[in-house]
Amino acid sequence: MVEGDRLFRAVVAGLGWLAIAFMVAPVAVALVMSFTAGQTLKFPPDGFSLRWYYVLFDPLRSAPIHTAIWNSLQIAVLSVLGAFLFAMPAAYGATRLKGKVSAIVEPLMLAPLVLPTLVYGLAALIAFSNVGLRPSLPLVVLGHIVVFGPLMFRACIAIAQRLDPNLEEASTLLGVGALMTFLRITLPLMLPGILAGAFLVFMHSLDNVSISLFLADARTSVLPLRMFAMIEESLDVRVASISGVLIAVVFVGLFLARRVLEPSRRNKNLDNPT
Amino acid sequence: MTRGGIPFLAPMLALSVAGFLVPLVVLAAFSFSDPAGGFGVANYAKLFADPLALPVLFDTLALGFKVVVTTTLVGLPIAVLFWYAGPRERSLIVFLTLLPMLVSNVVRTFAWIVILGRQGPVSQTLAGLGFISAPRSFLFNETSIVVVLTQIELPLLLLPVLAILSRTDRSYVSAAETLGAGPWRILATVVLPLAAPGILAGWVLVFASATTSYVTHAAIGGARFIYLPQYIYREVAVLFQWPAAATVAFVLLATTGIIMAAMALLSRHPRLAAHG
Repeated sequence: MVEGDRLFRAVVAGLGWLAIAFMVAPVAVALVMSFTAGQTLKFPPDGFSLRWYYVLFDPLRSAPIHTAIWNSLQIAVLSVLGAFLFAMPAAYGATRLKGKVSAIVEPLMLAPLVLPTLVYGLAALIAFSNVGLRPSLPLVVLGHIVVFGPLMFRACIAIAQRLDPNLEEASTLLGVGALMTFLRITLPLMLPGILAGAFLVFMHSLDNVSISLFLADARTSVLPLRMFAMIEESLDVRVASISGVLIAVVFVGLFLARRVLEPSRRNKNLDNPT
Repeated sequence: MTRGGIPFLAPMLALSVAGFLVPLVVLAAFSFSDPAGGFGVANYAKLFADPLALPVLFDTLALGFKVVVTTTLVGLPIAVLFWYAGPRERSLIVFLTLLPMLVSNVVRTFAWIVILGRQGPVSQTLAGLGFISAPRSFLFNETSIVVVLTQIELPLLLLPVLAILSRTDRSYVSAAETLGAGPWRILATVVLPLAAPGILAGWVLVFASATTSYVTHAAIGGARFIYLPQYIYREVAVLFQWPAAATVAFVLLATTGIIMAAMALLSRHPRLAAHG
């Protein structure tokens, strides 16, 4: 029994960490690749340098990439703003519905997350064209809000469900109007969910290909499609330095998310000591 | 308990209907439009008679199923490791799952081009050990697409599973141990059934994502392996065959829908739903 336990533990740990290594290794490879001193994608590199970061940041040599980054950042920021304006209040509203109604509303709100975004991209292109709208940057933003807004909804509803209704009641009893109560009591309490949702929407928008493929016009180049073109045309090593920057953004985001969400996580561990 | 939730919901409801449901209905209607005007199944008849489109459709669905199987095989050891891990190890595993998930798909696809390329570690190691006579690229075949998509979709399968496991009380296992069950038996009869609803949810996400990863298909598969995303894009952007593209897209949507409905039914199964 004890022998069997030890074997079991060893097998679980060995296979588990091997699988995790498989899952994480490509991120490390992309990061290491970005510091290569060479001209090619030889891995492991023969030497290390920051040369591809210098080339990437050079406004003359990398102007098309900068345009694509600028477009993608605009789209991502506007998508986060849209998701905040539409999905955050909806998450709050959904917690105030009767069970039966919310059982219909919630799946409808979350549906875009499980449908292939490529199919949605084509559907949106056909539908918008029918009403005379041509592919453009605002249409990409609209598509991203529809498809990634549910990420904000899901992040916020998790927090909204745990809100103490007494706080709002106290505020109302003190004579504060419903809107002011929402803005000054509820909104700050939902901040961790809003920030987590904003981070998710931002990263997904920045990474999206299948919606931009159909809804962006030919002049609006976006970062992931620009990178794809660079991979297809020439295996440009600058793709590695862009990857390095994007990985750094994820690291910073995850670090901040831990800081913001840590109190609630600690409470959970106390509730459920393991 | 309804305390005025509707005004808060109204804007997003309107957006969901006008921006999401209506386009999908338009897509469906478009796929059933007749070239002569009016409605009909002409597009579908054409699709199912097309010797080019049909294999692409089947290859794509098959790819989706293969990736579901491989992500499950690779993901389960991580889930089991997570189940037995302490709180610090658990939060490390969650971090290591979120990290690759949030790193752009294009970045991860690029990393695999480096790993599987002619000058990459796989080729160099095998050449150094004498398994292959000269360094060569391991890209542009179906196995590499499955391997790459497995790594890319793995977090989508894991997150719902980890979420369920972290909410689950360990006393189930203690009870089984007290009753004399060995660890393998506990794994098969207690832990896996507990995680089943998360696994089902993950399968849907993995299938939907693996069948529509345009960049990964194109960059890892090259020109010889064409899947639905490239096919649809070519029909739309190069050939301007919108009805044909809508038809293929709707078949993909319907297939995903049927799979999701089957999963939903499965998760209501009494043995699986007990802990969901």
